[in-house]
Amino acid sequence: MTEPYTIIIGLEVHVQLSTASKLFCGCSTAFGSPANTQTCPVCIGMPGSLPVMNREAMALALKTAVALNCEIPRRTKWDRKQYYYPDLPKGYQISQFDLPLSEKGYLTISDSRGRFEPKPIRIIRAHLEEDAGKSMHDEVAGKGDSRIDLNRTGTPLLEVVSEPDLRSPVEARAYLDELKLLLNYLDVSDCNMQEGSLRVDANINLHIDTPEGPVATPIVEVKNMNSFRAVERALDFEAQRQYEVWQETGTIMGAPGGHKTTRGWDETAQVTVPQRTKEESSDYRYFPDPDLVPVTTTEEQVEAIRAGLGELPAALRERLQKTYNVTPYDADVLVNQGRELVDYFTELADRCGDGKMAANWVEQDVLRWLNDRQIGIGEFSVSADALAGLLEKIKGGDLTTSRGRDVLTAMLDSGQSVDAAMRKLGIQSVDQNELETLCGELLAANPKVVEDVKEGRLKAVGALIGQAKSRNPNVNPGQVRELCLKLIERM
Amino acid sequence: MSLTDLTATELLAKLTQGEITSVELTGVFLDRIAAVDPTIHAFLRIDRPAALARAAEIDARRASGQPLGALAGLPVALKDVLCTAGEPTTCASRMLENFRPPYDATVVARLRAADAVLIGKTNMDEFAMGGSNENSAFGPVHNPWDTDRVPGGSSGGSAAAVAARMTPLAIGSDTGGSIRCPAGLCGVTGLKPTYGRVSRYGLVAFASSLDQIGPLARTAEDVALILGVLAGHDPADSTSVDRPVPDYARTVSKPLSGLRLGLAREHFGEGLEGQVERAVREAIKVYESLGATVREVSLPHSKYAVATYYLIAPCEASSNLARYDGAHYGHRTNQEAMLAELEIERKALDAAGDTEGLDRLDNALVRMYRRTRSEGFGPEVRRRVMLGTYALSAGYYDAYYLKALKVRRLIRQDFDRAFEEVDLLAGPVTPTPAFRLGEKVDDPLSMYLFDLFTIGANLAGIGGISIPCGFSAEGLPIGLQLQAPPFEEERLLRAAHMFQTATDWHTRKPPAI
Repeated sequence: MTEPYTIIIGLEVHVQLSTASKLFCGCSTAFGSPANTQTCPVCIGMPGSLPVMNREAMALALKTAVALNCEIPRRTKWDRKQYYYPDLPKGYQISQFDLPLSEKGYLTISDSRGRFEPKPIRIIRAHLEEDAGKSMHDEVAGKGDSRIDLNRTGTPLLEVVSEPDLRSPVEARAYLDELKLLLNYLDVSDCNMQEGSLRVDANINLHIDTPEGPVATPIVEVKNMNSFRAVERALDFEAQRQYEVWQETGTIMGAPGGHKTTRGWDETAQVTVPQRTKEESSDYRYFPDPDLVPVTTTEEQVEAIRAGLGELPAALRERLQKTYNVTPYDADVLVNQGRELVDYFTELADRCGDGKMAANWVEQDVLRWLNDRQIGIGEFSVSADALAGLLEKIKGGDLTTSRGRDVLTAMLDSGQSVDAAMRKLGIQSVDQNELETLCGELLAANPKVVEDVKEGRLKAVGALIGQAKSRNPNVNPGQVRELCLKLIERM
Repeated sequence: MSLTDLTATELLAKLTQGEITSVELTGVFLDRIAAVDPTIHAFLRIDRPAALARAAEIDARRASGQPLGALAGLPVALKDVLCTAGEPTTCASRMLENFRPPYDATVVARLRAADAVLIGKTNMDEFAMGGSNENSAFGPVHNPWDTDRVPGGSSGGSAAAVAARMTPLAIGSDTGGSIRCPAGLCGVTGLKPTYGRVSRYGLVAFASSLDQIGPLARTAEDVALILGVLAGHDPADSTSVDRPVPDYARTVSKPLSGLRLGLAREHFGEGLEGQVERAVREAIKVYESLGATVREVSLPHSKYAVATYYLIAPCEASSNLARYDGAHYGHRTNQEAMLAELEIERKALDAAGDTEGLDRLDNALVRMYRRTRSEGFGPEVRRRVMLGTYALSAGYYDAYYLKALKVRRLIRQDFDRAFEEVDLLAGPVTPTPAFRLGEKVDDPLSMYLFDLFTIGANLAGIGGISIPCGFSAEGLPIGLQLQAPPFEEERLLRAAHMFQTATDWHTRKPPAI
């Protein structure tokens, strides 16, 4: 690193869990319905209404926490986080304060491009809470009117808080990618940032080496980032900005003017801008929610969750490398595509017995086809079994790789089997007599080659293979070579 | 003898036997309300046509031989803290003066399903905060035994309505004594069930960990009748308990043999007025004459009960009442006036060049909250919201709320230990009979101390009942409180009924009205 500072980043990620109903009532969590149509007395905080915990939400949260290697306390409880805002109809958010459902986990990040060494990022805690509604500020009308939509109020959110273990925007991005991938494998969230099902807040500051020793810049919380790329850019910008501000002012954390501040990412201007917040830190007056009973989780339940997790990305990458002999890079590419694609790959590799070949075909041919059409592997019409048949033919020498590609394209276009596609392309195996005749003719026409081979320069036979192919594109180069050598020996 | 002098159990028998119709009965009680309530002010709202229509419908179903619920045709009054779908539910507060919930409280739904005739909504202390009913935004309730005196609170309207024969049955809620105290001061029978016995869904929350709904009636028999309808698990209330509901109405008349009564030493000490103590001790003698044994027990932490309660209840209240902010329903301050006020303040600060003041000036949203809540809540509610907000604030939480929770656990343990030795605790409900209206309004502390004997049950989560056991020299009712281990409502009711078969205090009628 050329900069004279270290970047310190911690991330708070809010993940909307994909339950059918809200965290404390039966209302739908579907996105995009007309405003205030998915509400009931409970989620809009009508007097006398009471929350009842959604067990599915707790199950998904625990599943995620276990997958994040968190400790699961035997007892967790609900607390009220109190503040006034019109999109918070009860005047408090039901959240978890001092006894979260999980804590002390980690998520290992790595970079197949080698920009940083693999490392575990510690998770402080992952806890459940209900989402607030949405405020839409009608500034056009000029009166400062605001409209409130409470459809989202009460939607289950899992808040995952990392330790400030991330040392660069690239690492932050890798953490988010890995977290999202994990959530996809767990099938607990759709992670759609545009619809707000995954939200990221970042805390960032710099540790700067100075002749007088290391100093820290004031911590900034960055908000309003609506894509992972935006997170990376915002953090890049913010690191640079903090360094410049420090060079100008020398303000460090804890000094006057060195308190934590909040800035928002302006996507259009590609800068962070200060957000107006009250100077004093908020006092949320947390206290246990007396309307809800504590939740207990037994060791057996945690073990059952662990057993049901399935193979997660990190383990899967390792298995692909060990079992199928693929490179770390290939394992990364395959696993990052999701479990379905990995299943396709492993079936293909098992059938054709060549992991590297299977990886090449999946990454180059299958993925290109999928990406060009923006479809998933579920919609890929050639089964792993059928593709394996094709790869066997290539391995057996019946097809060259490039002819094989033509066959695959034909299979995809026509929905035909390998053999039918090959027939359609006029590819057929060459009869042994026909091949002997062809080779005999070639040897007769190329006495120099015969001479060279007889003198031990076996490579010279290669020239004949090219000629054989131009006479009959269906010949198997390996067979041509073998037969020619045999015939020369007899001469 | 008028129909209004009969108990709910007696009236139900007459209805069942076809001697009277629900329309007649409901009409008689409505007439009684019309005649008496202008003096008492127990009701905030009566819907005479709706009540009579409901009674007629039940009569028709009875006439055609259809199956009917356990309370078929009996009038029941509801404390105005219980949500009734589409009808105003005010909590006796300006804040909810025009609020109509879109749903019924679970107990209201259960009463409807039992074919009760919901006769009206009763007056109360605002948001159930108070012991005298003087905190109603719509004016106090007057004690039927002496209309210059308080009926007790916060379910004062429900208790006075039963005492003045305006309804045979009423529902109240009890957070620190709010059923038992007015029952005692009005000379009726009132039960606070075990926490979790009755669903709180649709009870507008005051202090969620202490609130419990319960019935008020003239006799233990009547309380048993209606408790069977109210009690039971409700999936909509996570704190309601899933355990079988005994057939209270069937077992209430069975006397308890070998009953062991405990007298808590701490409930017969300082502050207890002599004539109340005498009446309570006489009542205990009645039990002895019925075969009960009596021993003294101790609740050593009960001296901390009032302090503990007045931390926990306001803390929870400050949170529960945060939703009344003018944004979604209920009272909202006048927007034009609010904006004009802000503009005047802004100009003044601007003219004075007070930039700091300008920076501190509320934005419109914050000013809307301030004005809405200041206008919508009465002084006692504001006091408790402020107490609770303070006690939950950073730096105070451990010293106040957390410590109160610890003491609460000790208080619960006191009861557990006492109930290892005795079946029921017996003692006074209130330190004195009903005091005069206005007597304590300027002295909140002495008002809070009036709850001394009742709040223990709420902190411990156990059940308690108040039954009439005598009268003061001024002719004011005095109550006896019985308290039982959790979910022993059956024992409470049987013990209360034993007393009521041996005495006639509960049959006395206020002479003045």
